[in-house]
Amino acid sequence: MWKFLLPIFAFIALVVFFALGLKPDRDIRALPSPLIGKTAPVFSLPDVMDPAKSVGNAPLAGQVYVLNVWGTWCIACREEHETLLALAKQNVVPILGLDWKDERDRAQAWLAQLGNPYSAVAFDDKGNVAIDWGVYGAPETYLVDKKGRVLYKHIAPMTAEVWQREFLPRIAAAQKEST
Amino acid sequence: MIPELGQFALILALLLSLAQAFFGLAGAWRNDAGWMMVARPAVTGQFVFVVLAFAALVYAFVSNDFSVNYVATNSNSQLPLFFRVAALWGAHEGSLLLWILILSIWTLAVAALSRQLPLTFSSRVLGIMGLISTGFMLFTLWTSSPFLRLMPAARDGADLNPILQDFALAIHPPMLYTGYVGFSVAFAFACAAMLEGKLDQTWAKWTRPWTLAAWLFQTAGIALGSWWAYYELGWGGWWFWDPVENASFMPWLAGTALIHSLAVTERRGIFKSWTLLLAIFAFSLSLVGTFLVRSGVLVSVHSFATDPTRGFYILGFLLATVGGSLALYAWRAPKLYSPGGFELWSREFFLLVNNVLLAVAAALVLWGTLAPLIYEMLNIGKISVGPPVFTLMFLVPMVPLILFLAPGMHAAWKRGRLTAVAKPLWALLGLAVALGLLITLGIYGRANWLGLVGFIAGLWILFSSLLEPIQRWRAGHRITGGVAGMALAHFGIGLFAIGVSGVQNYKIEKDVALKPGSTFTINGYTFRYVDAKPVEGPNYDAIQMHVEVSRNGRVVAQLDPQKRRYRTRQMDMSESAIDVGWGRDLLVAMGDDLGQGAWSMRLQYKPLIRLIWLGALVMAVGGVVAASDRRYRRREPHRELERGAHPEPRPGESSPAQPAGAVQTVPVAENG
Repeated sequence: MWKFLLPIFAFIALVVFFALGLKPDRDIRALPSPLIGKTAPVFSLPDVMDPAKSVGNAPLAGQVYVLNVWGTWCIACREEHETLLALAKQNVVPILGLDWKDERDRAQAWLAQLGNPYSAVAFDDKGNVAIDWGVYGAPETYLVDKKGRVLYKHIAPMTAEVWQREFLPRIAAAQKEST
Repeated sequence: MIPELGQFALILALLLSLAQAFFGLAGAWRNDAGWMMVARPAVTGQFVFVVLAFAALVYAFVSNDFSVNYVATNSNSQLPLFFRVAALWGAHEGSLLLWILILSIWTLAVAALSRQLPLTFSSRVLGIMGLISTGFMLFTLWTSSPFLRLMPAARDGADLNPILQDFALAIHPPMLYTGYVGFSVAFAFACAAMLEGKLDQTWAKWTRPWTLAAWLFQTAGIALGSWWAYYELGWGGWWFWDPVENASFMPWLAGTALIHSLAVTERRGIFKSWTLLLAIFAFSLSLVGTFLVRSGVLVSVHSFATDPTRGFYILGFLLATVGGSLALYAWRAPKLYSPGGFELWSREFFLLVNNVLLAVAAALVLWGTLAPLIYEMLNIGKISVGPPVFTLMFLVPMVPLILFLAPGMHAAWKRGRLTAVAKPLWALLGLAVALGLLITLGIYGRANWLGLVGFIAGLWILFSSLLEPIQRWRAGHRITGGVAGMALAHFGIGLFAIGVSGVQNYKIEKDVALKPGSTFTINGYTFRYVDAKPVEGPNYDAIQMHVEVSRNGRVVAQLDPQKRRYRTRQMDMSESAIDVGWGRDLLVAMGDDLGQGAWSMRLQYKPLIRLIWLGALVMAVGGVVAASDRRYRRREPHRELERGAHPEPRPGESSPAQPAGAVQTVPVAENG
């Protein structure tokens, strides 16, 4: 008579998966970046403050740094801005900004009004660099090690807690590594 | 005050459905007629209070009562009245109330129409349905009440999601839910039969019209959803294999299998445990769909706002109903076994094939829908199953299914000989092949195997579905509702298959950028972009484009697609313009403003796409005709199982009984 029990066993297995799927800490939209562990794309773009100058990640080779993708149109970026300013004051690693699909005068006004946490901000109005980095949306924050490899990617606004839990331990380990 | 009364009415309805469940089930268990008599009045009372609760929420929407949180988040004073009412089921809480209303209507119908059934059986059915409504009302009151107040009241509402501000989508949920919830009747009948420990042909006869009714509503509901997605999402697709669509499609597949399995049980008294299982599955898959859409375990483009508490509640409810019924099945189904044989190529054989293929299709869709979740939970990685995979997977059971349909409809019960109809069937197949080649090569100029098989199978089904009604009519027999309904529903399948084959193989989609006055030609149709101007709607502002389509120098269509921005939500929507035709649809959807009057736009040519929805509509009408067959309304004394009974001879069935052992006999393994 085992075959009459088959449906209920299959159903119970399904319920187990459903229950696991309901775990509160599961982030359904989390997308692991294919770039993790790989070399970060090198870029050079105009500076958001001065189109004559250029900003890129090549000069940061040999350093651990953070790349933060933002835009003035992005409400969540406004939300994380205070956190970024606080992190900039700690001065653990340089924070490179990537101003994504934005307008230059608005971005300048934003930085002037709210403060500038970035070591420099690259102006990616066409969004080409963001495509190379696999940016899904703003804000996103990448951690890059001394060899230029992407160590970690955080989607959604940066918070002190995420910084403490995900970034600082990785930064500490990465800074111990030789170049 | 009114919203509080609504909440209170819902609480009373909950208590009454508890009474309905308790007295229905316990009364039948104790065989206490007094207790059992309580179930029906409880159903009526429950219905009255659910209607009151629903009316209270309708009133809150119509009167723009933005002190009700749910109204404030889903409506707006500028929203037209029709959509203010439809906004009620635009989000989670209200759609649950709609679900409850529909369940109480079904329950009322069962209570009213089951008076001639044995009392213990009908009170068990009502008891099970009471348990289901108790579960849903508790869910609503506990986690998702639409009557909660907003303090202080909002000045105006946040508006209904613009995507939902559309006629087809406004009537799509009531239609679909009527189908979903309707399967609860077959489910309750199955559970009651298992509790009684008795399942005979009469039971199948009682269950069939209810199942057909649920099925036809679901067919219409799914077709409406597909039609809506086609013109409203703006990109001309008609099915996306989104989890929410799959959630409605899986119960449909199981329900379709159930209808066919019930036919065997009614006629021959076999396939009993298989029928029971399908009755459980059809409703369980509706519940699983509810869980997937409302718990947030899967990503979908149109899932409801989610909340883990709700997810856990539905999961618990799922465990109780589905787990309970499957446990009952494991306990009782083995006792319901009844032997009965049939031959290869008999009607039963074809219906078994139908059941197996439909069950495989439902299982594949379930797998594809849940694979992302299962992979993630097993730490294999994140995957997504896209439409190409679904389409390919789905074709595996579907191609044989439609090829078996024409002979299956005409196979004789019990005996595996098609001789009586073999000649016309072969002739019709020849005709279908000739026409299929003519259409594909002659009209569209090219053919591939899949498209050709689709056209031929579709045409063969069209022709052969008419065979039996015509034969009966010529022989002077009455064409019963059952026969006509089956012919119509299968005719609809034929139309659907032809439509799908046409669209999938010969559609043309072009993304172009045009300046005012310039043209673009696809398949002989020249689209000329005339101009674009701003227009104003009740709750949106739009740019409207004028496109003139001509063929051979003659203007065939004037199309005015819009790009709307809804004021409250600042959300952009592209309203495509469609020129409808039997042979083809022409679509224009606006893309982005490229400056200086130039726009990017998507031009589409969709051959035969109307047949997809026409086919579904014909199927639903077939359901109506079949469900209204006179034999379901005849009052007749409770008939004990008559195995192998042939109430009326079918054409070509007049041959004497086969000598035993002369032909191959397939022993019936119950449960497939």
